[in-house]
Amino acid sequence: MLDKHDVPNGAGRLQSLTLVPRATGLAAKDFKSDQEVRWCPGCGDYAILAAFQSFLPELEVPRENVVVISGIGCAARLPYYVDTFGMHSIHGRAPAIATGLATTRPDLSVWVISGDGDALSIGGNHLIHALRRNVNIKILLFNNRIYGLTKGQYSPTSEQGKVTKSTPFGSLDQPFNPVSLALGAEATFVARSVDSDRKHLQSVLRAAADHAGAAFIEIFQNCPIFNDDAWAPIKEPNAPGLIRLVHGEPVRFGPDGSMGLTYGPHGVLTPVPADSVPASELVVHDVTREDPSYAFALSRLDNGDFAHTPIGVFRSVPRPSYDTLMADQIATARAGGEGDLASLLAGNDTWEVS
Amino acid sequence: MTKQVQELDHVIIRFAGDSGDGMQLTGDRFTQETAVFGNDLSTLPNFPAEIRAPAGTLPGVSSFQLHFADHDILTPGDAPDVLVAMNPAALKANLKDLPRGADVIVNTDEFTKRNLTKVGYEASPLEDGSLEAYNVHAVPLTSLTVKALEDLDITRKDAERAKNMFALGLLSWLYGRPAEGTIAFLEAKFGRKPEIMKANLTAFHAGWNFGETTEAFSVRYEVKPASLRPGKYRNITGNTALAYGLIAAAQLAKLPLFLGSYPITPASDILHELAKHKKFGVRTFQAEDEIASVGAALGAAFGGSLPVTTTSGPGMALKAETVGLAVSVELPLIICDVQRAGPSTGMPTKTEQADLLMALFGRNGESPVPVVAAASPSDCFHAAIEAARIAVTYRTPVILLSDGYLANGSEPWLIPDVASLPDLSAQFAFATAAPADAGDGEFQPFRRDPVTLARPWAVPGTPGLEHRIGGIEKANGTGDISYDPDNHDLMVRTRQAKIDGIASSIPPLAVDDPTGDAKVLVLGWGSTYGSIGAAVRRARRAGHSVAQAHLRHLNPFPPDLGEVLRRYDKVLVPEINLGQLALLLRGRFLVDVISYNRVRGLPFRAAELAEAIEEVIAHA
Repeated sequence: MLDKHDVPNGAGRLQSLTLVPRATGLAAKDFKSDQEVRWCPGCGDYAILAAFQSFLPELEVPRENVVVISGIGCAARLPYYVDTFGMHSIHGRAPAIATGLATTRPDLSVWVISGDGDALSIGGNHLIHALRRNVNIKILLFNNRIYGLTKGQYSPTSEQGKVTKSTPFGSLDQPFNPVSLALGAEATFVARSVDSDRKHLQSVLRAAADHAGAAFIEIFQNCPIFNDDAWAPIKEPNAPGLIRLVHGEPVRFGPDGSMGLTYGPHGVLTPVPADSVPASELVVHDVTREDPSYAFALSRLDNGDFAHTPIGVFRSVPRPSYDTLMADQIATARAGGEGDLASLLAGNDTWEVS
Repeated sequence: MTKQVQELDHVIIRFAGDSGDGMQLTGDRFTQETAVFGNDLSTLPNFPAEIRAPAGTLPGVSSFQLHFADHDILTPGDAPDVLVAMNPAALKANLKDLPRGADVIVNTDEFTKRNLTKVGYEASPLEDGSLEAYNVHAVPLTSLTVKALEDLDITRKDAERAKNMFALGLLSWLYGRPAEGTIAFLEAKFGRKPEIMKANLTAFHAGWNFGETTEAFSVRYEVKPASLRPGKYRNITGNTALAYGLIAAAQLAKLPLFLGSYPITPASDILHELAKHKKFGVRTFQAEDEIASVGAALGAAFGGSLPVTTTSGPGMALKAETVGLAVSVELPLIICDVQRAGPSTGMPTKTEQADLLMALFGRNGESPVPVVAAASPSDCFHAAIEAARIAVTYRTPVILLSDGYLANGSEPWLIPDVASLPDLSAQFAFATAAPADAGDGEFQPFRRDPVTLARPWAVPGTPGLEHRIGGIEKANGTGDISYDPDNHDLMVRTRQAKIDGIASSIPPLAVDDPTGDAKVLVLGWGSTYGSIGAAVRRARRAGHSVAQAHLRHLNPFPPDLGEVLRRYDKVLVPEINLGQLALLLRGRFLVDVISYNRVRGLPFRAAELAEAIEEVIAHA
């Protein structure tokens, strides 16, 4: 039996940030900047921005202690529209910049906004290292499976054979599964949500905020101009392939929740009619498993055909965050007194000239 | 046996051996002994990039040159008076640098047929008369060491490894160096391995006693202490001085120091040094790559730290985009480039000055960055503080240029009085609120200080100052995204004007022109300061009038530089590149300067530079 208190439940105070006074009474409008939002009509980014802005008051962190950092791409414009501190930086580098900020300022709630090209192509290295280090940053990857700002080239998440301007005969690359990648980098918090499902997206944002350390959220986002309906098969009401993960509950999906998962050979998860096996053999979702293999197996259910696409929190395990460990090292070193510049400069081997 | 003592005013010793022979350690210890003795000194470590190249081969030779004197000196010396060669490769690789009559101490044990063949000697140079021009001391260093250690419970291999301490003992005796420091050093270094400690101490003493008793050395030398400025001294390398300068700058600015870095030769020692000093609150972040290291530093700058990244040429190339972002968002950032021979990987352990134009111009768009260069190993300390001053005062990235020679070279340093260092905290303040006269009361992140043109440094956590910055062009004042043509023109010019304006905070160029009638000026920058100084002294001793000046600030230049250049008939600009400063001077001042360039991965020799100076004087 799982103890509900062991996992971030999103109820109440942000657990990953305790240094700043609680800010109550904020509303979504307080997080709207005076800048005109300039995404294409119908872009999924609008929905994500609105969900983010109306979620931020729940953090109960003062606006001045929230920082949103992005790289380059359509998604990367988001910081301009949020009335907090923000930086629109360099293609792919936002996790690195956010690492420097979060590592030096434990009083800040730092959010990274990225896209599939930004996070997985040019910035792939920074993404995996930020996750492995477990820096206290929350990374939102808006995945639309296409390059939007450069007008429609295939991306690292585009399906193989994708015909675009840069691949008139079809793309040759095997796409990344972002959740598998994050789990492979040993991220301590990995989740997935959908731009159009505000309630679900906000529940995942909440859980990410509660997590002390790096959080990775892939958000299925629609680009109506260059890759419209890329996620259509799982956006239909009661889409048969959509698997909503709920911690502590059996994984059920399909018509009337008739399907479940069992453990197959070699650790793979196998979809089965729930009534075809004893209830005890059905997988109960557990985000707290230390070994990422289970979460990885969940992520592999999704092989590109939308037959089985889990959303929700895949993994959420406690591990000391990088910034905390660094602060601890400094505190330990300074416990015996702070450094003295004059004695540092002199060192141990001096001589006098008179 | 009483030995004759001969007094010398200076000596240049080069220790050379296999990469695994411990030559750098031997050189370091001899340097420390020499420093404590009170000589002035200058060092030049020279080692291969490969950690352990095949033993006994020419590419595997590692050397350490030390120049010490009873007067103040400026360079590690042109040609060694004494070569200690631990094997045939070390002899062969270094012999061409030796003047006739130099002393050569060779480890005869390593002159086996196999080792000789490895480096292409058909006959042993010890026997074929090819070393007749030198004063050869043939010493079986290895077997003497092994014999001295035969009572110890160690392997033959460990005994052989102590031969560098035997050599150090011998040289310490030969030049009357104090031994206490080395003994204490060995005791501390091998405290946890008593047998190895004993082996090294015994070898050191055996070497010393060998000098005293053998007839191979009939003369002992004495180099009296130098009369340096009174005060407390230590020996320091450029990388250590640079690291200390950064720690000092952070204290002086009352800011936490953040270093983002990725290991790269010859800059890594700055990371190693700073990583030790957590007591000063220093945060060091070894990033996944060069780009992340400078990115993290910029993130820390946004949060109000004193941000630093350290690297060498190839890393500079990778950091360029982030430096451009720092120019655009106008945040402080110190980028230390410990230059090495390029292009590409080049020669990682060898020095060069060829990143100057990259520092000035190596970014897209109009992207002005102040550039500061250190002149000597200890000067790296003050250059780092100056770089920090400019960065925090003007909210700009600053490139601090050092190089491989400064990084690893060392010299005695008159330890500065902390109270004499500048108060950097007086140069800036974090913004705390939107200024009352800001119109609608909205905070304007790009509203500038009228004097410095710096924008407010408004760190997250400050209520009311929430704002967004980024690499897209910003409207003057508000910082909102702007594609307005005239605004872009204004911002391009304003960013340039801010950097140009730094010149008003730079002291006039100091020109050393003792006779006042020199027609030739020698102008340098960076690590050539010592070589140029030594060459100018030679020229003056030969009866010539010549002026010398050295640039710390490469961008912007000191305000009076043009006037100084025009005061002289000829201006000679020696550089370890193909004329990068010369190009800038010609372009900026229309002065037809004369370049002198050698790009060998080594500092200039004072003699060759003196010749070049005399030639220019002859035609002036």
